Amino acid sequence: MFALRRTALPALSLARGYATSGNVSALLFVEHKDNKVAASTLNALTAASKLGGSITALVAGNAPDAVVSEVAKLSGVSKVLVAKDAAFEHTLPESQASLLVEAQKKHGFTHLIASHSAFGKNVMPRAAAILDVAQISDITGIESADTFVRPIYAGNAIATVKSNDSIKVITVRGTAFPAAGHQDSAAPQEDAGVSADKDLSEYVSEHMQKSDRPELDSASRVIAGGRGMKNGENFGLLYEMADKIGAAVGASRAAVDAGYVDNSLQIGQTGKIVAPELYVAVGISGAIQHLAGMKDSKTIVAINKDPEAPIFQVADYGLVADLFTAVPELTKKL
Amino acid sequence: MSSNLRILVACKRVVDYAVKIRVNAAGTAVETANVKHSMNPFDEIGTEQAIQIKEALAKSKGNAEVIVVSCGPTKSQETLRTALAMGADRAIHVETNDELQPLAVAKLLKAVVEKEKPDMVILGKQAIDDDSNQTGQMLAGLLNWPQATFASKVELSEKAMTVTREVDGGVETVKTPLPAILTTDLRLNVPRYASLPNIMKAKKKPLAKFTVADLAVDIKPRIEILKVSEPPKRQGGKLVESVDDLVDKLKNEAKVL
Repeated sequence: MFALRRTALPALSLARGYATSGNVSALLFVEHKDNKVAASTLNALTAASKLGGSITALVAGNAPDAVVSEVAKLSGVSKVLVAKDAAFEHTLPESQASLLVEAQKKHGFTHLIASHSAFGKNVMPRAAAILDVAQISDITGIESADTFVRPIYAGNAIATVKSNDSIKVITVRGTAFPAAGHQDSAAPQEDAGVSADKDLSEYVSEHMQKSDRPELDSASRVIAGGRGMKNGENFGLLYEMADKIGAAVGASRAAVDAGYVDNSLQIGQTGKIVAPELYVAVGISGAIQHLAGMKDSKTIVAINKDPEAPIFQVADYGLVADLFTAVPELTKKL
Repeated sequence: MSSNLRILVACKRVVDYAVKIRVNAAGTAVETANVKHSMNPFDEIGTEQAIQIKEALAKSKGNAEVIVVSCGPTKSQETLRTALAMGADRAIHVETNDELQPLAVAKLLKAVVEKEKPDMVILGKQAIDDDSNQTGQMLAGLLNWPQATFASKVELSEKAMTVTREVDGGVETVKTPLPAILTTDLRLNVPRYASLPNIMKAKKKPLAKFTVADLAVDIKPRIEILKVSEPPKRQGGKLVESVDDLVDKLKNEAKVL
């Protein structure tokens, strides 16, 4: 009876959101593009809320006004620090990391948090090293203010780790936390009061894939094609099906390497991690590295003509069939 | 292009990418004894890139020296020999049996950089064992050098590099002066295989050894691993007979349509 009660106690304080650890003060580094907050930052905000302390959001940019007012209304944000400077127009890691370090030193945050996106991955470790602290990458769970859960070995093992550093630098796996909602009143904003460092590198250009379909990492339905698609034109079959059910389209590494689709569509250990309600793998064998990017999907469907394909071992529903007849038929019947 | 370039490439020995790993009985780590190891795939790409730069420079009467470095137990030397067989000129082994986390490796590499004074350090974007994706960025931060991460294309010019980076939604191009840090993405190149004669030749190439004490670096782990467990197993393997059957199951059983 007593033993039960003792184990119940920590759980209770968890539910309260660390009522005792009132010293948690987290800084959320906001990623944004084209005047919009990146979807993965909303997931990182939810993770930050689980720490139980205050959350300050840091927005850096050339003219980030629209983003600042959007962030101020996000649930759990108590203050928005604004760093407005032409140097922050592009997310160059050198100036962004030194901004983060300056903000930390000025305000004494206990946690620095960003999403484990290309942006977060680029900037956060640089800042961590300058602060002489470790980083905990790609967390999928929070056990306490210093203990986190993260996948290793392409998601084939789950590690629970405790940070012994005074400042915790964390990147968050977006699919492991729901997106934060909105709050009634807007949080106050404040000038970050830090100057931009001289940039060590220079932004030249970018080339973004334009698509009307939902974003891959936040879509609730994803259809992905692999080597079995045979060429880029055949991906048209997947686009038709995707448009019918409002899904995003992704790909395996084999399909990307073969040039069927753009790199930014790759799902897997080294590409995007997705966890939609429905994941349809078409002509994908299911290598370890691909499974790392999608095996937390709620329902997995596999369409493959090889009954031995490893993808069938994780698929909730497998259809052994030629994709070139099965996919058009499926599209018609949806 | 600068006619003389020194490139340092960091390589990690990891459990081979094709191995299906197992968590140990105590739930403290992944079994690594008697498991096939090889060079981290992203580091192979890094080594290949350095050799390609060396080959390109040789055509314009320039020269590049490619130095490979690995931190870890004695067996890391196998990884270094592999890189030497691919075409690297010499190797540096920082030997330790202690656990090394990214910050510690970044500090060891910084000490090596200060000794060797390279114009460029190439690292893989992540190691496929700890999946951290940190070391290159940390090294850049410690050295206060510019960084170009997740590179899919690199062009060198006089004292600078122009790098196409893979970012969410597309690619971005940045230009950094040298010295700089580069981390490789999968699309940067296709690493070559080492030929048997080159494997033989690699055995005679110089391999310098350092201890952690030589480099005077504090490598104490900052992160404690409390537990390692298996991920939840999926109950997969259910086959459906037809497209109609599939649509029916998705609508009425899984209720995702």
